[in-house]
Amino acid sequence: MTDQKVIERANAALAQEFELDLGSMLPDALFREDLGLDSLDTVDMVVVLEQEFGIKIGKDPAIASIRTVGDMHAYILGKKREISPSPE
Amino acid sequence: MRMKRVVITGMGSVSPYGKGTDLLFSMLIRNESAVSRISSLEYIGGLAPRVAGVVPDIGITEIPRKIRRSMSAMSAYAYLAAIEALSQAGLGKAAVQSGRLGVAIGSTLGSPGTMEEFFRHYIATGGLEQIKSMLFFRIMGHSAAGNVAQALGVSGRVLSPAAACSSGCQAIGLGYESIAIGRQDYMLCGGADEFHPLVSGTFDLMHAASTAYNDSPHQTPRPFDKKRDGVVCSEGAGVLLLESLESAKRRGAEILAEVAGFASMCDTGSIAGPAAEPIVACMRAALEDANAAPGDVAYINAHATGTELGDIAESRAIAALFGASAPVSSLKGHLGHTMAASGALESIASVLMVRHKMLLPTRNLDSPDERCSGLDLFQKPVEAAGTLVVKNSFALGGINCTLVLRGWE
Repeated sequence: MTDQKVIERANAALAQEFELDLGSMLPDALFREDLGLDSLDTVDMVVVLEQEFGIKIGKDPAIASIRTVGDMHAYILGKKREISPSPE
Repeated sequence: MRMKRVVITGMGSVSPYGKGTDLLFSMLIRNESAVSRISSLEYIGGLAPRVAGVVPDIGITEIPRKIRRSMSAMSAYAYLAAIEALSQAGLGKAAVQSGRLGVAIGSTLGSPGTMEEFFRHYIATGGLEQIKSMLFFRIMGHSAAGNVAQALGVSGRVLSPAAACSSGCQAIGLGYESIAIGRQDYMLCGGADEFHPLVSGTFDLMHAASTAYNDSPHQTPRPFDKKRDGVVCSEGAGVLLLESLESAKRRGAEILAEVAGFASMCDTGSIAGPAAEPIVACMRAALEDANAAPGDVAYINAHATGTELGDIAESRAIAALFGASAPVSSLKGHLGHTMAASGALESIASVLMVRHKMLLPTRNLDSPDERCSGLDLFQKPVEAAGTLVVKNSFALGGINCTLVLRGWE
């Protein structure tokens, strides 16, 4: 799977969960300030990404440092080897 | 203790007809049934009833995600009903968030559908890994009350009486008492429930659910009728804005009715089998609270769900206390049994009947059961001869409640 495909899947899953406009999910967008997510949403973001990619994130302390959409992309790409193939 | 008079200045409804009190009342006047055959019930093993009164699509997703995310359907219904009640009362954010407004909204259960979702995952996987943060907030016993309070910024008391089918009536009573003793100036009160096969299945187990009209859902339930065969479970929410009379007058609010009396008593004879005497005691206590006599009552809005035992017990109780002096009807023939919402939705409809001076009869009451005799079970709309209303709600667990409402003139 290409990095771009991983990013598209992550964006689509989070946009659906948090009812976000895909166009607003720019790499520099801040989850809290720009997209309106809070700490409870962050908990659910982990579950959504685990479900989408079939990976284990759990209480990984690195999650706390994710501030932007780009940070999230980098985190997921760092786990690319664990990612299940696309269901498509 | 100095007691304040308590009035109703706002009413909000989500019923199996849809959203809004105007819709509720117009459909009742048109004698429309809100009961339909439900396809999702067709394949549930061992479940005989196939009918229910479910809320159609009312645009719940228009509620902002931030406040909707912790809501199951029942909380969303309660929130929309609360918004309507506040809007009618003309009560703004400052008053709502002043600490002088409280919430009393009850439900039979926390969201059973969400609980099913949790256990389906938990049992299948043996773990909790994929449970999302908001799930528990939809399951909590006070989910509807808590969600309404959070969404509106209510900082006063938040009560959530869980008394099954009496929850709505009891919540209005608790709101009335909270204002009467001066603890709050305003209370958003009522009940909410969402349909789940667990509830209709439980009535079915007890041989108290309607099963003979699956192919003609508009003909059931049939309160007081010879051919009644049980409860039809429904869903929805009713919320009333109660406030002290002095507050309503100070604000120049339109007063819709007064909450004149309330009683909540327990029938300890059976957890599921109602008897007449405890109902008489409850209605009598509520009338005493209202400083009223049985002869003052112009209309009785019965609990009557269409069960064999319940309708007979309530009829005998009404006949014993009132004789045939006051017209009696049940709105469950129209709505089905909206459970925790029923006390509130039926109180709202009763207030509107008295305001319009037109009492609506029981839908599907074609031939009254002789064992429900000695009371005025009118079968066509009649003019209200007065303004005092008795509203009954009874629940599994023996929880009897009676409200006395007085139309405002």
